[in-house]
Amino acid sequence: MNKNKKWMATPYFIWSIAFIIIPLCMVFYYGLTDKTGAFTLENIIAITTEEHWKALWLSLLLSTISTLLCILLAYPLAMILCNASINQDGFLVLIFILPMWMNFLLRTLAWQTLLEKTGVINSILSALHLPSLNIINTPYAIILGMVYNFLPFMVLPIYNSLSKIDRNVVNAARDLGANNVQTFTKVILPLSLPGVISGITMVFVPALTTFVISNLLGGSKILLIGNVIEQEFTQTNNWNLGSGLSIILMIFIIISIVISTITDKDGEGNSL
Amino acid sequence: MKKLMITALLVTISISSLMGCGKSNTPENGQVIVYNWGEYIDPDVITQFEEETGIKVVYDEFETNEIMYPKIEAGASDYDVICPSDYMIQKMIDNDLLSEINFDNIPNVKNIGDQYFQQSKEFDAENKYSIPYCWGTVGILYNKTMVTEPVDSWSILWDEQYKDNILMQDSVRDAFMVALKLNGYSMNTTNPHELQAAKDALIKQKPLVQAYVVDQVRDKMIGNEAALGVIYSGEAIYTQRENSNLEYVIPKEGTNVWIDSWVIPKDSKNKENAEAFINFMCREDIALKNFEYITYSTPNDAAHDLIEDEDIKNSPIAFPTLSDFEGLETFQYLGEDADEMYNQLWKEVKSE
Repeated sequence: MNKNKKWMATPYFIWSIAFIIIPLCMVFYYGLTDKTGAFTLENIIAITTEEHWKALWLSLLLSTISTLLCILLAYPLAMILCNASINQDGFLVLIFILPMWMNFLLRTLAWQTLLEKTGVINSILSALHLPSLNIINTPYAIILGMVYNFLPFMVLPIYNSLSKIDRNVVNAARDLGANNVQTFTKVILPLSLPGVISGITMVFVPALTTFVISNLLGGSKILLIGNVIEQEFTQTNNWNLGSGLSIILMIFIIISIVISTITDKDGEGNSL
Repeated sequence: MKKLMITALLVTISISSLMGCGKSNTPENGQVIVYNWGEYIDPDVITQFEEETGIKVVYDEFETNEIMYPKIEAGASDYDVICPSDYMIQKMIDNDLLSEINFDNIPNVKNIGDQYFQQSKEFDAENKYSIPYCWGTVGILYNKTMVTEPVDSWSILWDEQYKDNILMQDSVRDAFMVALKLNGYSMNTTNPHELQAAKDALIKQKPLVQAYVVDQVRDKMIGNEAALGVIYSGEAIYTQRENSNLEYVIPKEGTNVWIDSWVIPKDSKNKENAEAFINFMCREDIALKNFEYITYSTPNDAAHDLIEDEDIKNSPIAFPTLSDFEGLETFQYLGEDADEMYNQLWKEVKSE
């Protein structure tokens, strides 16, 4: 039986070697060498130049804000989904997941059309004689795009962990005299924390690395670290620098994952 | 919509050619692999070529010269015909990536005006490697309802009253061309002081710019999204057709006169088919068909004579008399160090 199981893992094993391990090694090889192939740390140190550092800082800032906004929006939503009656429940979740069946690029392009100066939202606003909304090509539009695109990745894990909470635990809290606020802060929140933590990782990491959202909704005026790396590969053809900066970005991603695992353990510890 | 139709057509073409393969394993006259700009050919022309010659066309598209180059340099794909721009052709010649064209196989080359071959000498000194396909200028497209003053200079793109109404090109050399010309420098400069001045001008302009875009200039100008945009002359006729308030000007400080030409890479496996394809593209009726579809100026004099619409035939946008303008230049390949300098400065502009 055990042998059989190992054999079953072979396709995944081959897959991860071919498409994860080897590319990762290549990123490290390119990132730590120069054009002639000699070892150098220049591509890593390049992050300290003003334009790279600024792009990284802006990416960290925008993705942190987006992640926080996602939590604020997703938590109440997940609670509503969870408290809805069983029939409604499936339907509501379906409605929520429906937009994800559409291509990510198309949805972002749609936001571009909505937000444009003469776009849908502004046409409606001007028809109602309301002041126009000018956030396209600003960091606000990028945050909006990130929140919109990554919100489901926050809702679903929180929803999952909330729906796993045993009703009896909540009832017990009530029986022992806890009011609504106390039940929430002492019982529900700690028990749902693992969901929040995994939601944070699932939103923060793609938001930190995105270059499509900033390109489409930022009018290429706002350079995030993802844009810098993308341009080094496609336009300036400097794979070494692109890889070097990717390594830096990976460090930040690993840091964020480590932080979430540590807090995750704390969260579970408290709830016990 | 147009893109969708092209995709649909390409799919049909590839499916029908696949079905052709089913009958006999090899197409009767072999194949030719073409690598061209997006939306840069009338899809009918490809079908017609296949029907007339029995040569199967495998068609592939790129978005910028910079994206095309690494693919060819790496030798990863066996393209037979490519259509790069002037400075990129020079870079490919310098790096020994192109093969000489046998002009005996391309009798239709007689249709191409001599002045275009003269101009090509700037990047292909002996006219051995390239045959012009399209040419044009870069200028300002403006909306007459939003800009009432006369537009004749690049300096209008630095005018505060058009804040958030200006569209700039999102590619290094085109963006720097505008700033260098504004300051009266050559757009092929490698002088660090001149480039620094151009960078400062672009940074000064950045708060006024609505967005840096490439192909989207066209749609945004048609949709009245912006008042002014930097655009290739070939898009001007199309945009005017869609929105009659748009006007195209070549600024007085001069601009870029560019040529996109057919070339054959060194490791082409179907060189004769490639030459047959280029010959077909040079035929007057085919060049006319392409011109009407893509509206980029054709260097094919015979096709130009065939244009029925007098307004377009004598259009100062599509077929300007270049001697009337000053400061016209063609991009040259400046070498790797200069490329790096340009890219670095552009990144500094973008991260500002």
